[in-house]
Amino acid sequence: MVRIKSPAELEELRKGILSKRDPNKPCITLCSGSACLASGSGEVAASLEEEIKKQGLRDEVDVRKTGCHGFCERGPIIVIHPEEIGYFQIEPKAVPEIVSQTIKEKKVIERLLYTDPSTNEKIIHESEIPFYKNQERLVFGSNGSIDPTSIDDYLAIGGYSALAKALSGMTPEQVLKEVKKSNLRGRGGGGFPTGRKWEGSRNAPDEIKYVIVNADEGDPGAYMNRSTLEGNPHSVLEGLIIGAYAIGAHEGYIYVRQEYPLAVENVGIAIKQAEEYGFLGKNILGSGFDFTVKVHQGAGAFVSGESTALMTALEGRVGEPRPKYIRSNIKGLWNRPSVLNNVETWANVPLIINKGAGWFIQFGTEGSKGTKIFSLVGKINNTGLVEVPMGTPLKDIIYKIGGGIPGGKRFKAVQTGGPSGGCIPAELLDLEVDFDELTKAGSMMGSGGMIVMDEDTCMVDVVRYFINFLTDESGGKCVPCREGLRQMYKILTNITEGKGREGDIELLEELSETAIEASLCALGKSAPNPILSTIRYFRDEYEAHIKEKKCPALSCKELISYYIDPDKCQACMICLRKCPAEAIDGGKKKIHIIDQEKCTKCGTCFEACPPRFGAVQKISGEPVPLPIPEEARIIARENKER
Amino acid sequence: MGKEAAMDTDRIDQIIDKHQGEASSLIQILLEIQSEHHWLPKEALERVSEKLQVPLTRIQHIATFYKAFSLVPKGRHEIHICMGTACHVRGAPRVLDTVQDLTGIKPGETDLDLKFSLETVNCLGCCALGPVMEVDGKYHGKMVPAKTGDILKNYD
Repeated sequence: MVRIKSPAELEELRKGILSKRDPNKPCITLCSGSACLASGSGEVAASLEEEIKKQGLRDEVDVRKTGCHGFCERGPIIVIHPEEIGYFQIEPKAVPEIVSQTIKEKKVIERLLYTDPSTNEKIIHESEIPFYKNQERLVFGSNGSIDPTSIDDYLAIGGYSALAKALSGMTPEQVLKEVKKSNLRGRGGGGFPTGRKWEGSRNAPDEIKYVIVNADEGDPGAYMNRSTLEGNPHSVLEGLIIGAYAIGAHEGYIYVRQEYPLAVENVGIAIKQAEEYGFLGKNILGSGFDFTVKVHQGAGAFVSGESTALMTALEGRVGEPRPKYIRSNIKGLWNRPSVLNNVETWANVPLIINKGAGWFIQFGTEGSKGTKIFSLVGKINNTGLVEVPMGTPLKDIIYKIGGGIPGGKRFKAVQTGGPSGGCIPAELLDLEVDFDELTKAGSMMGSGGMIVMDEDTCMVDVVRYFINFLTDESGGKCVPCREGLRQMYKILTNITEGKGREGDIELLEELSETAIEASLCALGKSAPNPILSTIRYFRDEYEAHIKEKKCPALSCKELISYYIDPDKCQACMICLRKCPAEAIDGGKKKIHIIDQEKCTKCGTCFEACPPRFGAVQKISGEPVPLPIPEEARIIARENKER
Repeated sequence: MGKEAAMDTDRIDQIIDKHQGEASSLIQILLEIQSEHHWLPKEALERVSEKLQVPLTRIQHIATFYKAFSLVPKGRHEIHICMGTACHVRGAPRVLDTVQDLTGIKPGETDLDLKFSLETVNCLGCCALGPVMEVDGKYHGKMVPAKTGDILKNYD
């Protein structure tokens, strides 16, 4: 690689790359993000290579292993360009046919296409699938078309042109002004205006300043940052370099959690390539601006994603938060002005510089501009990553894009904002999702996790789960968080185990208030959100657990029993054989009975009983009916009698 | 060689040298030792302390604060049960209960034969497959309690 010394040379390089690429040459893109790799895309890639070689097509077709396409429910995903034919849930055995039919013969294989469940229609083009059609993929869209380990792929789609524009045509003040004008707000949780954060650091008198990427995505059920960093690391790097230029920083850090090995690897490759081309290092693009960046891996602590804790960890110490008497953009890493932004925030910056703040603010609402990537997971048909303009109604995300709730179940709530977010009930499905509306509803944007829950999810149990998570992840530095959460967890456990007492709800509220008032960092201050939002919307569920010892969702293990309805049992032996606790008594033609003493409530019988019988039932809040007398358990051959 | 064997001092020195012996790289150094050795033996921590001139208590603080580090040897096979929110609402607790019954160990523990170590993780980020159980890096998706036994019996 040659070092690029000016914006003109960059354009020359880009032209060179594009001239070598024939847009009409068939190209197979295969999603190789972590989620698709887990469902077997590595094996698909291997058989693609082998098959192309075997059919003698090595020079006729390109294969590109891309980052996450977002539609994880249907992975592994293959898209064939230039026609943009989308094939889903690909197994290695389908590969020979794809190569011989679609690549050689230009024939579409119907069976591998996406079928719209509402119309039963087959959809050929990826972008016409409802999941994608209803999104606005500004930040995440390029993921599906580039190989994250190829800087040339990024340059081919216009990469680093925003950097060239900023360094050659704009002063740092102008860059800052543009970002301020765009009203970009932090995508990591707080929603603090990015431009104002930058300005604070820029104006701080210190000579040495830092810029940092927060990729310590710790919220369970959220993986949009990982997918961005894995699938398009240069977009984050480009944003970071532009930010450093605006602020006057010459050193940057990318803090990635160690649980994301592919992201660590891809970002490392990207940095190396950017150094070789001269987008990092001394005198970038001949502008006289110097900037270097280092990767730092987290070691598994949720609280280290908090800004001050993350900076402490970067210094090589235990990543615990410290009081923010002075903001970290004034005194942060090694007491120097430090701008910490989330992965997605940085990835928005090149777009704003390239297309202008005026273009950016046409997306979104009054207070929240641009788009947001959400991780739509849980009890939802189309699990995946979804990018929509701020202000998109919740019901559009869940139904139009997410395809609704599986198994015809009823939607109960969606939890947003990570463990310290809140639950939004069905009554608020019309809510237009942005920073302020979510806060008003008692939840928050957080980094963009959206966990969908249906009628089978117990809200008290979910809250207990979050509080358990936060208790575990609390840094333990301040009392309201460390001790308060522990007590809240105890009370919630009691409630889910049927040991709840009158007054528990009020006690939870009281402890919550203290934690909000008196905790040191955002972890403790926002930890009570799940409790308070569920008491607000689902108080009846708490009361049923406490007063009637009943779990309305039939989920809390201690409050339910499994029971076989003798009128429905066909004595088929399926549940009996599968029961790991050997708690089911019965035989052929002998109605089965669950021994409640032996039952471990694992639910295997419930899942095993064929739906057409539906004999295994869950009971809560009432005693299990006594077994029928022994002689009544023998089933006479019905068809013979009749 | 079993994983419980002591770690070679030269190798530890190499790792430290790679980070220019900087105390600010302490966490990165420990991560590398953990990833190569699967746990942090006391001798290794003492060596790091000596070379970096960092008190052992501070190293202990870090090694016990972060989830990535283990101060005890691990089994031959590492089971990770995802307890992320998406997996939780899809029934991960029941999967965990069954695996605990089958292996006789709780999260954070290793059995006496050093066969299995069991851990829960907060999110593996493949929520479409939930509930997920990972054994030695291989993902097993859409888990139900009844399937866990069939998977675990393939390991010895």
